[in-house]
Amino acid sequence: MSSPLYEKYLRIQKRKLWLIGLSRLSVLAVFLALWELAAGWGWVDPMLTSKPSLLLSSFRELAFEGSLLKHTWISGLETVVGIAVSMLLGTAIAVLFWWSSFASKVLEPYMVVLNALPKVALGPIFYIWLGDSYSIYGMAVAISIIVTIIMVESGFREISKTKLKLMESFGATKPQMLRMVLLPASVPHFIATLKVNVGLTLVGVVMGEFLSSKAGLGYLIIYGGQVFQMNLVMVSITMLALLSVILYGFVHLLERFARKKYNYEA
Amino acid sequence: MAQIELTDVGLSYFTLKQETEALRDINLSIKHGEFISIVGPSGCGKSTLLSLISGMLKPTSGKIEIDGAAVSGVSPKVGYMLQHDHLFEWRNVLNNLTVGAEIRKMDRGIAKRKALELLERYGLGDFAHHGPSQLSGGMRQRVALIRTLVAEPDILLLDEPFSALDYQTRLTLSEEVFHIIKDQGKTAVLVTHDLSEAISMADRVMVMSKRPSTISNIHEIRFDEGEGLSPWKKREAGGYHQTFNAIWKELEEHVVASL
Repeated sequence: MSSPLYEKYLRIQKRKLWLIGLSRLSVLAVFLALWELAAGWGWVDPMLTSKPSLLLSSFRELAFEGSLLKHTWISGLETVVGIAVSMLLGTAIAVLFWWSSFASKVLEPYMVVLNALPKVALGPIFYIWLGDSYSIYGMAVAISIIVTIIMVESGFREISKTKLKLMESFGATKPQMLRMVLLPASVPHFIATLKVNVGLTLVGVVMGEFLSSKAGLGYLIIYGGQVFQMNLVMVSITMLALLSVILYGFVHLLERFARKKYNYEA
Repeated sequence: MAQIELTDVGLSYFTLKQETEALRDINLSIKHGEFISIVGPSGCGKSTLLSLISGMLKPTSGKIEIDGAAVSGVSPKVGYMLQHDHLFEWRNVLNNLTVGAEIRKMDRGIAKRKALELLERYGLGDFAHHGPSQLSGGMRQRVALIRTLVAEPDILLLDEPFSALDYQTRLTLSEEVFHIIKDQGKTAVLVTHDLSEAISMADRVMVMSKRPSTISNIHEIRFDEGEGLSPWKKREAGGYHQTFNAIWKELEEHVVASL
């Protein structure tokens, strides 16, 4: 049985949570209302800013026509594939660096340079080498893979040396250490890397679409800008925001599952 | 016949800056079923000596034999117990216990049965399916010992296994571990900073000098109260303080010399 004091505490905490949720929604509502009114009363030029009610009707138009959802789907697919490729390839390279400290030392300065290099500058190269659709994957992976390697590798380094000494004392081989300690102990790092990658890969995909593609939200944004259709630009940006929310949602679910399975604290 | 035999063992570490001679002329033989403690000033290479016996390190000179065969690589006859339990959070207690058996590709079913039997026997039977984070420090360290035992070593190397625990747990656990080791008939080598722990658990206490370390003396721990006394009984024995003081004095000289 809980005491009245505790019940009161719980009530107050619950009210706080409600207040936070409510305030979040109000921020959005106030922002949209101000936007609508400002455009409606001529404080700003709707030609330049568009307005929420117009966006809603263009969204309806674009969605029912079918092209908006198709473009969103294409960008979403490119992002998911990009994330998957950089996670797998990045982890594989981080494992290689752990396996061979020689390789790690040899390649270290190159990693530093590649990390600092603005990957967007590689756009034309990807376009010429990979063509207009695959260059988007090239850009997405280029932007996220280096960070993946660095984050996963630093995760490996955080795993205590004595944990590996324990494995060594049983005569464990390197593949056994990898499978039984390194990979399971790195699950929290994989999730953290995944979170960073959702954002970075989206940047890569949109950037890639800006440069070369004939489809996707990045293409719609550029196209909308060129024909001075602010509605199209804004709707596409909103879809992009929705897409990132959905992807974060998936990562969040994955995190909850992993925390239960691998029994770690956030 | 000696189970562990070290002959003229020496070890040097190399770094780009210098060469450090850690151990010099170590001669030691340990009988089957014997319990030996190693004490010495910090950094004198006590743990290094354990790594040498386990085969994780190669001596620079001399030879190390277990059951008459030269040690090359990690021997399945040796089990290691470290200061931290390093139980894997992503495995439950039972699956932690079979880690060594898995690495050595022993039969999983047998390992699991053995793990359960040992858990039951040493009072942790109810915790087989708990996560490591649900156990207390002392329990975790007992699980770590059982994990070592499941891999069926003949020799146990204990590298300050109690030093991360509070004093009370330490006393209780050292008593328990002593009984488990005797019960299982294992040979044990314990490295510790705690002189009373060293004396109360062991049949012999080996004192090491500062670097380059050699064996400065080996003390037989024998009291009038009888053979094979438990740590608790030894601490109560009449000759305990005399022995403690004698070893303490000797240690102090080395510690002062290394300051």
